[in-house]
Amino acid sequence: MALLEVRNLTMKFGSLVACNDVSFDVEKGSVVGLIGPNGAGKTTLFNCVSGFYKPTSGRMFFDGREVTNLPAHEVARRGAVRTFQVVRPLKEMTVMDNILVGAFLRGADADTAREVAEECLCLCRLEGMADNLAGGLPTGYKKRLEMARALATKPSLLMLDEAMAGLTTTEIRDSIEIIRGLKKGGITLLVVEHIMEAVMSIADKVVVLDSGVKIAEGTPQQIVEDEKVITAYLGAKFTERMKRTGGVTRND
Amino acid sequence: MVTAMTLTGKRTKRDLFWLGLLALFAVIPLTPWFTRSTFAQHVMIQVLLYASMAQAWNILGGYCGQVSFGHSVFFGIGAYGTAMAVVKFGLIPWPGILAGAVIAAVVAVAISYPCFKLKGHYFAIATFAIVEIFNRLFMVWYWVGGALGLDYGFTQPGWKNFVWYQTKDCCFYGVLLLFILVFGIVRWIEKHRFGFYLRAVREGQDTAESLGVDSTRVKLSAMALSAFLAALCGAFFAQYNYRVDPPMVMSLDMSMKFVLITILGGLGTFYGPLLGAALLIPLQEYTRAYLGGIGGGVDLIIFGLLIIIVVVYQPKGIMGILDRVYVRFKRSREGGK
Repeated sequence: MALLEVRNLTMKFGSLVACNDVSFDVEKGSVVGLIGPNGAGKTTLFNCVSGFYKPTSGRMFFDGREVTNLPAHEVARRGAVRTFQVVRPLKEMTVMDNILVGAFLRGADADTAREVAEECLCLCRLEGMADNLAGGLPTGYKKRLEMARALATKPSLLMLDEAMAGLTTTEIRDSIEIIRGLKKGGITLLVVEHIMEAVMSIADKVVVLDSGVKIAEGTPQQIVEDEKVITAYLGAKFTERMKRTGGVTRND
Repeated sequence: MVTAMTLTGKRTKRDLFWLGLLALFAVIPLTPWFTRSTFAQHVMIQVLLYASMAQAWNILGGYCGQVSFGHSVFFGIGAYGTAMAVVKFGLIPWPGILAGAVIAAVVAVAISYPCFKLKGHYFAIATFAIVEIFNRLFMVWYWVGGALGLDYGFTQPGWKNFVWYQTKDCCFYGVLLLFILVFGIVRWIEKHRFGFYLRAVREGQDTAESLGVDSTRVKLSAMALSAFLAALCGAFFAQYNYRVDPPMVMSLDMSMKFVLITILGGLGTFYGPLLGAALLIPLQEYTRAYLGGIGGGVDLIIFGLLIIIVVVYQPKGIMGILDRVYVRFKRSREGGK
């Protein structure tokens, strides 16, 4: 049984169909990449899964239990926690306090929460920033703060919405390392990402959306060679380059 | 590890400061300044009362970021609770104080449940209307005294009836207990999960939700606690004035005091409400005393100007200014070395 099962999910805003009959599974312990052009419905799908939108139709199961119409905080409590594409630091709180808010989900004891928060702080390489106000951090740090805060809730499924967009090459490499570490630590990940080299190097499975419809699903190798995906999103040049370089480096 | 250690270090220092302040308040009645003038006593009592009121409001408005202009309603319900017990039912005030506070909390939750569906400014606007509704309601509700209000008869002075006629010392200690209760609760909250959740909801409701925080429950709890404590302050107010009527307690004027004292002192800060009250209340009482009839409103003019200056210069109020001065002082000392 998969950790997250999405079945026939449809989300309409008026006459606009943002997600149309999307189904896929996220297996326990795997990293699943969710890709597609802008406006494909990736973030909408994220918002549905994490309880921020009520889907028009379709069902979702997490850890064997239905989560379709649960409020966002309840989904998080069950262990499926997301980050935001547009970073949302709790600005007037320190980095440490931000992470503590996440850590308090698993217990009201302040000392335990602080220990968990310190761990996540180190894991996401934010040491030395603990007492800074979150609103004043540079973008790269804010992205890592999003991740640290979500991690502090001890999720079984971590959903990252473009955690690497806008980062420098070095920062992306760091992030990839962090994600690999998380996977080793037993956390399942669902990752929305535009940086293909990154997705292809970490994902076990990739799901491709275009105009709200799932057009492909498979291993990174299969996706890179899929005609539909190349036309809709990747482009022929990218596929050639991926084949040439082996698909891990970032050239631009 | 270093962070944890400095945090605890800061904490003990802050604890000492807090305890020192309480000790200072406790000995004030022994000083000649206090014993010689009942007016000084009156001002001091008012300062502590309004500081407690502002702090009660601060839980919801400052820490949780939900600006309410409806707190005079809860304050009023607390005042009426004790006045009804004493005047209507001939009881001692204590059961009335408790009942008033509980009713205020229940009313607050019932009112704010639909209002919390409104975000930001709309919530504040909705609370404006509530004050008017309750003011009118109590004006025409004869069972609770209508527009004439409730006047205390003569009762045996002492702690049992929470009334004194000859001295204000006990009143001062009474309000000091209230002050310690309200400020103590906020100090406890600041260090615990609830305090973190309050600030998280203020800084970003969606973010808080994504981390498993039930934002509606947090806001309702903050509202209930805030209203409960505001009602206790209202009860003291009725006992102190030996009477209550609707315009005295349930008015926009009174609501504004909750809000403005906190904003002037520093929203969402522990000492802000005390600083705000320590500045506004003497200003209010002394201008009223020295300027008399022609002085009506002068305190509000000065206060309005202060608010404008403070908010333009430093949105975090006096606490923000003090913080800035402290940082500058520390830097210059480090630079000197």
